[in-house]
Amino acid sequence: MARDTRSLRTSITAKALSLLPRHWKRLLWERLIRLTLAAAAVVSVLTTVGIVSVLLFEAVLFFQEVSILEFLTGTRWTPLFASQHFGILPLITATIITSAGAMLVALPLGLLSAIYLSEYAPDPVRRGLKPVLEVLAGIPTVVYGYFALLFVTPLLRQISPNVSVFNGLSASIVMGIMILPMVSSLSEDAMRAVPRSLREGAYALGSTKLEVSTRVVIPAALSGIAAAFILAISRAVGETMIVAIAAGQNPTFTLNPFVPIETMTAYIVQVSMGDTPTGTLEFKTIFAVGLTLFLLTLMMNLLSQYVVRRFREEYE
Amino acid sequence: MQQSDAILQTRGLTVYYGSKQAVSDITLDVARHRITAIIGPSGCGKSTLLRCFNRMNDLIPKSRITGQVLFEGRDLYSPTVDPTEIRYQIGMVFQRPNPFPKSIFDNVAFGPRINGFRGDLAELVESSLARAALWAEVKDRLTSSALALSGGQQQRLCIARALAVQPQVILMDEPCSSLDPIATLAIEDLMRELSADYSIVIVTHNMQQAARVSDYTTFLMGIENRGGQIIEYGETRLIFTNPKDERTEAYITGRFG
Ligand SMILES: Nc1ncnc2c1ncn2[C@@H]1O[C@H](COP(=O)(O)OP(=O)(O)O)[C@@H](O)[C@H]1O
Ligand SMILES: [Mg+2]
Repeated sequence: MARDTRSLRTSITAKALSLLPRHWKRLLWERLIRLTLAAAAVVSVLTTVGIVSVLLFEAVLFFQEVSILEFLTGTRWTPLFASQHFGILPLITATIITSAGAMLVALPLGLLSAIYLSEYAPDPVRRGLKPVLEVLAGIPTVVYGYFALLFVTPLLRQISPNVSVFNGLSASIVMGIMILPMVSSLSEDAMRAVPRSLREGAYALGSTKLEVSTRVVIPAALSGIAAAFILAISRAVGETMIVAIAAGQNPTFTLNPFVPIETMTAYIVQVSMGDTPTGTLEFKTIFAVGLTLFLLTLMMNLLSQYVVRRFREEYE
Repeated sequence: MQQSDAILQTRGLTVYYGSKQAVSDITLDVARHRITAIIGPSGCGKSTLLRCFNRMNDLIPKSRITGQVLFEGRDLYSPTVDPTEIRYQIGMVFQRPNPFPKSIFDNVAFGPRINGFRGDLAELVESSLARAALWAEVKDRLTSSALALSGGQQQRLCIARALAVQPQVILMDEPCSSLDPIATLAIEDLMRELSADYSIVIVTHNMQQAARVSDYTTFLMGIENRGGQIIEYGETRLIFTNPKDERTEAYITGRFG
């Protein structure tokens, strides 16, 4: 079939060459463009496949030496010490503390500011604030990291002497601030997509603006808002600089937000930047941790896509 | 018409969107427990006029009015009046059915709930659905989504939703324009029944509909750039058999519009 069309095309182009040179040139050009675009698409797909397979390959090598059971259930993570333990739970609890803390900050604030922007703000205010939010979303995270370490942590330490120089709390708060614009902007998009006719229906029943927002707009936009939250969580789980700078590099199996901890991402940075020789078991840990992190965020992205798809069907 | 027979009145009402007049100098009485139709070519300001009766135009930032709208003799636009209070008493049904993406029950219960209704909610929902001639069709699926209903059912649900707050007036803005003829007839029958207890104002561009259901008819027409004005107002029977203004006659016989 493909061959047929190709031979057909060559015979056409041969004819076109003699009869319609302009047409022939255009065909060639079209083909070139299509090839270039296809090549670009293939490159990006191949890179992703490459990254994932390296991750998988190295992780498999790691799990030939360390049992998956120990990896998933152990509560001590000391691959760089003389007495090696490979329990990932301390890294996971650290990731959970910082991400959950960030969501505690970003969720209510993000939702409130989305309600304000979508339902209350006059048009000029919204048109002014939206780009500001997008600029905030563009601040490099290393800046947020030092903001946490040099500004928020000292403040926390003044409030409570129990807070260490490196701690999960400060990192959570600042990470929450970092993902706030995203939560608020995406939630606002979801809320503005709720048809005006629904708002009018609620107003016509005697609702106040607050009732319209909380009882009609938010429920109708709920799946979009949920998708925004899930994206934000997966962003927090994958965030590296802030936690590496402000939360510490001390894998402790704890839920205490005042003490130094180490998240999965921070651990990967620590090993990649340190002098651990490549090829050793210690070095392979970063692929096992990376794979765990990858699976975690992949699951969350799939979940958010599923939720968004349901959201699209809602007002059909 | 005597004062006490009119539940809603406008006095020299002019509505502006920005600097543009949408309707001007409307003086009109809406009879209690009757159906009043507003007809006229599209863009002449029928919806605009209707939306003054429950202050829905307040939601459009650059709209303003001059003149008066009276509800039971009380100025609806006086600064002491809370528009949300007004909307409990003057309900509205829209051109396209707009049920909330909630269950059938929650749609009907929406108004009573925000209104702080204390009585038996299930009973109120049932009686409202029954009044909207929908109970028999939905009584076994009250918890399923309102969006699964047909267009005609959705519109009757919206009527039930409006009835549940126990209003005195129901405003309907072309309530059948997105429905098929059978659903349209069902809604028209329903309106005739409801007019025993409610005062109804219906906007329609369908003259047969106005002739079939309404007791009074107002013919509105846009004049130059002053917006819609009342050309003729009176008993539907007379307007349709013996119009006084030749423009009314031209419109109802379908010569323009
Ligand atoms: N929100 C609005 N902003 C500005 N102009 C409007 C708005 N709504 C309606 N208009 C204008 O007011 C006039 C009357 O509109 P409308 O009341 O919707 O007429 P009808 O319901 O008779 O078709 C039209 O010229 C329309 O363009
Ligand atoms: Mg209209």
